[in-house]
Amino acid sequence: MPVAESERHTSPLQVTPHAPPRLSHLRLLEAESIHILREVASEFERPVMLYSIGKDSSVMLRLAQKAFYPAPIPFPLLHVDTGFKFAEMIAFRDEMARSIGAELLVWRNESAIAAGTNPIALDTKRCCGLLKTQALLDALRHYNFDAAFGGARRDEEKSRAKERIYSFRDSAGQWDPKNQRPELWNLYNARVHPGESIRVFPLSNWTEMDVWQYIHEEKIPVVDLYFAKERPMYVRGEALLPIEQAFVARLGEKPQMVKSRLRSLGCSPCTGAIRSDAETIPAIIAELISFRSSERANRVIDHDQEGSMEMKKREGYF
Amino acid sequence: MSALTTPAFSIDDFLQNEREKDLLRFSTAGSVDDGKSTLIGRLLYDTQSVYEDQVRSIEGKGTTAPGQIDFALLTDGLRAEREQGITIDVAYRYFSTARRKFIIADTPGHEQYTRNMATGASTADAAVVLIDASKGVLIQSRRHAYIASLLRVKHVLVAVNKMDLIGYDEAAFRAIKADFSSVLDQIAVDTGSPVERIFVPVSALAGDNIVHRSDVMPWYTGPSLLELLESLPPSIDTRTAPFRFPVQRVLRPDHKFRGFAGQIASGTIRPGDTITVLPSGRSAKVGRIVTWDGDLAEAIAPLSVTLVLDRELDISRGDLIVSTDRPATVAKNAKAALVWMDQRPLELHRRYLLKHTSQTAPVFLTSIEHRTDPATLAHSPASTLHMNDIGAVTLNFLRPIALDQYNENRSIGAFILVDAESNSTVAAGMITAVSSLTAAGVPILADTWGPVTAGEREARWGHRGAVVEISGPLPLIDAIERSLFAIGAVTNRIGANDDAFLLHPTLLEIVTTLQVQSGVLALVVNANDSENLVVRADGQDLTLDAGNVDDVDDASGTSGAGRAVSAVHKLLHSTGIFISSEKAGL
Repeated sequence: MPVAESERHTSPLQVTPHAPPRLSHLRLLEAESIHILREVASEFERPVMLYSIGKDSSVMLRLAQKAFYPAPIPFPLLHVDTGFKFAEMIAFRDEMARSIGAELLVWRNESAIAAGTNPIALDTKRCCGLLKTQALLDALRHYNFDAAFGGARRDEEKSRAKERIYSFRDSAGQWDPKNQRPELWNLYNARVHPGESIRVFPLSNWTEMDVWQYIHEEKIPVVDLYFAKERPMYVRGEALLPIEQAFVARLGEKPQMVKSRLRSLGCSPCTGAIRSDAETIPAIIAELISFRSSERANRVIDHDQEGSMEMKKREGYF
Repeated sequence: MSALTTPAFSIDDFLQNEREKDLLRFSTAGSVDDGKSTLIGRLLYDTQSVYEDQVRSIEGKGTTAPGQIDFALLTDGLRAEREQGITIDVAYRYFSTARRKFIIADTPGHEQYTRNMATGASTADAAVVLIDASKGVLIQSRRHAYIASLLRVKHVLVAVNKMDLIGYDEAAFRAIKADFSSVLDQIAVDTGSPVERIFVPVSALAGDNIVHRSDVMPWYTGPSLLELLESLPPSIDTRTAPFRFPVQRVLRPDHKFRGFAGQIASGTIRPGDTITVLPSGRSAKVGRIVTWDGDLAEAIAPLSVTLVLDRELDISRGDLIVSTDRPATVAKNAKAALVWMDQRPLELHRRYLLKHTSQTAPVFLTSIEHRTDPATLAHSPASTLHMNDIGAVTLNFLRPIALDQYNENRSIGAFILVDAESNSTVAAGMITAVSSLTAAGVPILADTWGPVTAGEREARWGHRGAVVEISGPLPLIDAIERSLFAIGAVTNRIGANDDAFLLHPTLLEIVTTLQVQSGVLALVVNANDSENLVVRADGQDLTLDAGNVDDVDDASGTSGAGRAVSAVHKLLHSTGIFISSEKAGL
């Protein structure tokens, strides 16, 4: 592109034709994430990878395989199971862990689940607080993990945009956005006192599009719920609610078969589906290009009130 | 994302095009009101990188007229920020065009947040510096440009914003451009890093020259800000730089395989290449470059790979694998530029932890050469550095460390300091000079591959170049010259009244300028029978009574001449000409 001569200074910006071999954005993101995974595995005593079964976790898991190849992944996977995950997710999780030979830990807040905790009996905020945040903190404390990988990305939500790659948490697991450690270059401060921990986000710089492209390029298996097919749904205006949990139904409400898919995988009562014909990953990517709403728009939890993700993170959520 | 509207959209073509996209990281910073958030919001909105629900969630809020979108709200993430109308921390934004993916490190411009600007600049290939056209060049823009230059951000794009408020006036734009260009030139002299800059007149509010070229400024024929960002060369190409590979982890899945995992910091590696492991200095050949996707015939920075060597060497995490013919310097001492980032100020001779590549090692800061005001570029002597201060310091490592200078290798020349008690990240640093060790363990100066730099001369001689004017009795002048010579200063004595200078009045200035540039102390002497000795350096004067040079002070046992010499050393230290009191012989 021509740069007007008059606007040039010191040395002209030579716009050289991109000479091969140039690394694509996916190779650059992959190299950065692998560097992070290796740093954490080498600097912490007891790291763990939070495995949520979703597309981001699937990418993170593949990156972990790559980071330590030909050695096995040197830390366990932890799934915080709220009891409201889709049956297909649980089956996929167990098969994935088995096929790659990873150690899988599952943690449930059994007392809250036994007490009948659900997002309708309580509100979503308190339900998440007990089944996700509390369960996660209990699990980290139980196993004495000092670092936990999460698949969160900065492009997901505004408060996540301010997260560090190494997110320091105090002994109660809480995030203090005003008091974060500066993070420069690729030099991460891994020092914590006993009881404190670091949440690590190796996919910080990936976007939703990057994740899908990488899954496509690398042929990474993902849960079938991401692909469109005829599924029974409660239809409420624009919203499609999976029928997985009986308590979701309103009095007299009957499910309808709708060609639909899930754009992100959460708990079934709080994760809406979207109408879609996308049966393949390229079709999902094409759909993404045409989308005019962000992927978390179908998550009830982010919208309860302004800044609700930020508040959950302060309390210890990922 | 208008791809879908074209009739011939093909997902396969799209994916092929995506595969070829690269990545550019840039930082932004600005003062509270110069429209930075609006500019970023505009970039995101006009490249269709914002979703409708995000736009809906801010519609009708903010400070703009009804029906308009306050673009700033797209980027102000945290409740505390929205409540206070400020930006409190570095936020990262992502957008993409048909040509390239972008990561923005969006940093606030408050005075106390120098550390955030440095954080954003540390990974940036380019910096967008904002100037409010209605206000001209403010301190904040100078500070951002300085930090970008200090952290070796290659390109500075100067967005002269709010052109709508000054009637899109070309003359005003030209004046700001001239003004800020001279600021950038001064910055380049101070940091030793040339700043490549391009100026663009924009209005973020109206969208002029942000994404689309605007027709309201026909006098500006250059590209829009986004077009510039799309056309900058991608990340600094380090393929031809010396090979550097910090070992992150030794992979030993079984007794047959032993590989060294790391990310290539610079250069290119192939099987058969000879490498050396630092600091031990042992060499081997690369046998295999192992990845999950198969062995590679060649790997370039910044790929993450695993190297297998042709023989057993004792290598562990923190070691640096380098090309044998172009190694890094192994040192126990180095000089560095520091950005202090902690509430608790710097303490000399306190033990800090240095985090450098994949190693953590104890370090002492042994002296502070000066503190630099990033807005005025003034250097001042300092005994500590406070939060957001920038300074030049000397480091002493307890064990030898392999280093490059930051201006030669960003990855191997960068470090952070961690407080060993609080675990806070207290400073970010950039190596400016390295004293290497010989085989016998004796420190010598770095044999870098470029010309000898001013910093290297300073490190060896203990002072920078300066003119020192001395007038007074000859014996005192002789004593001063000899005393400076005795402590290793490089001096050149010039008689101010020599015939050559009397015949050619400008010659003296030419000669002294050259000597100062070479790091020499130019002693311009004027021997006379005056009662006073007058010494002038860097605009500071010292006048001493020269009548009692032989008197011995009973208390200190020093002669008048001794006291005069000592006063001169102190003057040359307090003006920052000597880099430390030790080097000044004090």
